[in-house]
Amino acid sequence: MTDMTYLDGNMLDGPLRELLAVDLSATTGRCDNCGMVGPMAGLHVYSHAPGLVGRCPACTGVMVRLVRAPERAWLDLRGTTYLQVPMTMEQGVRAPR
Amino acid sequence: MGIVSPGFQGRPRSSAPDLPPGQYLTEDFPVLSAGPTPRVPTDTWEFVLTTETGAEHRWSWAELMNLPQDTPTVDLHCVTRWSKLGTTWQGVSLDTLFDAVDTDARYALAHSYGGYTTNLPLDDLRGGRAWVVHTYDGGPLPAEHGGPARLLVPHLYLWKSAKWVRGIRLLVDDRPGFWETAGYHDYGDPWREQRYQGD
Amino acid sequence: MAAPTTGRVAPLTWRVARLVERRIETPTAQTLLLDVPGWPGHLPGQHVDLRLTAPDGYQAARSYSLAGPADGERIEVTVQRVPDGEVSPYLVDTWTEGDPVEVRGPVGGWFVWRTDETAPVLLVAGGSGVVPLMAMVRARRAAGSRTPFRLIYSARTPDDVIYADELRRRARDDQGLDVAYVYTRQAPDGWRGEPHRIGLADVNSHGWPPDLEPLCYVCGPTGFVETVADLLVGLGHPTRRVRTERFGPTG
Repeated sequence: MTDMTYLDGNMLDGPLRELLAVDLSATTGRCDNCGMVGPMAGLHVYSHAPGLVGRCPACTGVMVRLVRAPERAWLDLRGTTYLQVPMTMEQGVRAPR
Repeated sequence: MGIVSPGFQGRPRSSAPDLPPGQYLTEDFPVLSAGPTPRVPTDTWEFVLTTETGAEHRWSWAELMNLPQDTPTVDLHCVTRWSKLGTTWQGVSLDTLFDAVDTDARYALAHSYGGYTTNLPLDDLRGGRAWVVHTYDGGPLPAEHGGPARLLVPHLYLWKSAKWVRGIRLLVDDRPGFWETAGYHDYGDPWREQRYQGD
Repeated sequence: MAAPTTGRVAPLTWRVARLVERRIETPTAQTLLLDVPGWPGHLPGQHVDLRLTAPDGYQAARSYSLAGPADGERIEVTVQRVPDGEVSPYLVDTWTEGDPVEVRGPVGGWFVWRTDETAPVLLVAGGSGVVPLMAMVRARRAAGSRTPFRLIYSARTPDDVIYADELRRRARDDQGLDVAYVYTRQAPDGWRGEPHRIGLADVNSHGWPPDLEPLCYVCGPTGFVETVADLLVGLGHPTRRVRTERFGPTG
């Protein structure tokens, strides 16, 4: 029996949206440890801890850490090589006139 | 502080006068984990002290059990604000393990099965204030609480008492560990409420 | 319904919500109707975080799935009372109409179903995991979507089935919606088969074959989701078509 103490990456959306204008669970990420690419929603999130720890479902490498103090937050994404964020054309892309 | 919801009390908690600031009392023993619980059989378990020069001192499970044993009764203070008083443990004082170790290092980085790390000044691991414990409340330390063996440094916040401890590396310069690189305090004295960096 | 269509959304803040009405769903579950001034709308499957603050500043927050489409600034969540829980007993037993609770949301950009999707949908619910799936069933109906839906709902006993009457009605009236039940402790009288935990036969006979390329949504306790997701992937559903939402015993 494996541990059943984790939640899905989905649960990071609320805490992270205090910092970023991105729903993390709508993004795709690359694990810096094993190279797996997949939805950040699929991370295993350990929340009974001093902070939130999101781990790669394949290799359990730490991809995200978020620590929230009353007046500060720390976000560590060094275990995530990249985040691919879905965008629409009108956002940020300006066609030359 | 948020908007108060009338009638909400939250978990039963009392701020006894002998608790550090911001802590509340709990009777149970909450399980915190930042990853999957390692399952380490005692027949392959080992503990390694590595000095700043790279010299290694190793103990097997049997060797640890043959060392003089302490039975500390201590209070635990978790940075997530619960405190548990009068917990009883059995294990080996780090003074015993450091006995044969020649070092000029000032810092220590404890590391665990599963990859967890935490940093402490070496002085805080000496002087009868730190142990490698294997027994809790009269029984073998359960895996979810760090068994087969964990560090116990009760005068600092509990994240310093690394579960599933596997070794300690002695360092000339301080090197922050898992939570210390994510905002938590390098020292973590509950009585000075050193929760986060800069506190 | 103003709702995000990409991953980019505005930063979130806590809003003050007040209880408007409560509906008893089962002996342990209630649907709470909340008034949230400024609510921006949401997609089926999204959730909200609810935060409670005690007079001494102590706070506790939990996530709850939205149970249906928003009605202006009114939203609903269905809360299962967790024994020894900290937040759910307050919401179910203590919270009084008009009292403030803080709400942050909507959140979630993955476990959502959009009404313009046409691929067949398989919903698999364990216990109160039915809540976000019910939001999809209701949104499908409200949008007049003809997307074929199948819901497999695992409950302990018939008394534990949330939305029982509405599901019976919708299974009859909503064309293209099938509902199947699995009972783990006690089945209703006249039920064929024994109570059991969800298994391959259930998923096989009440789900969609992988070659129809369905979207699968699985929601429930971590162990349940683990089991069902493994079964679906084992049957040949690609991992990216199996969306999961695990919830832990954090009440």
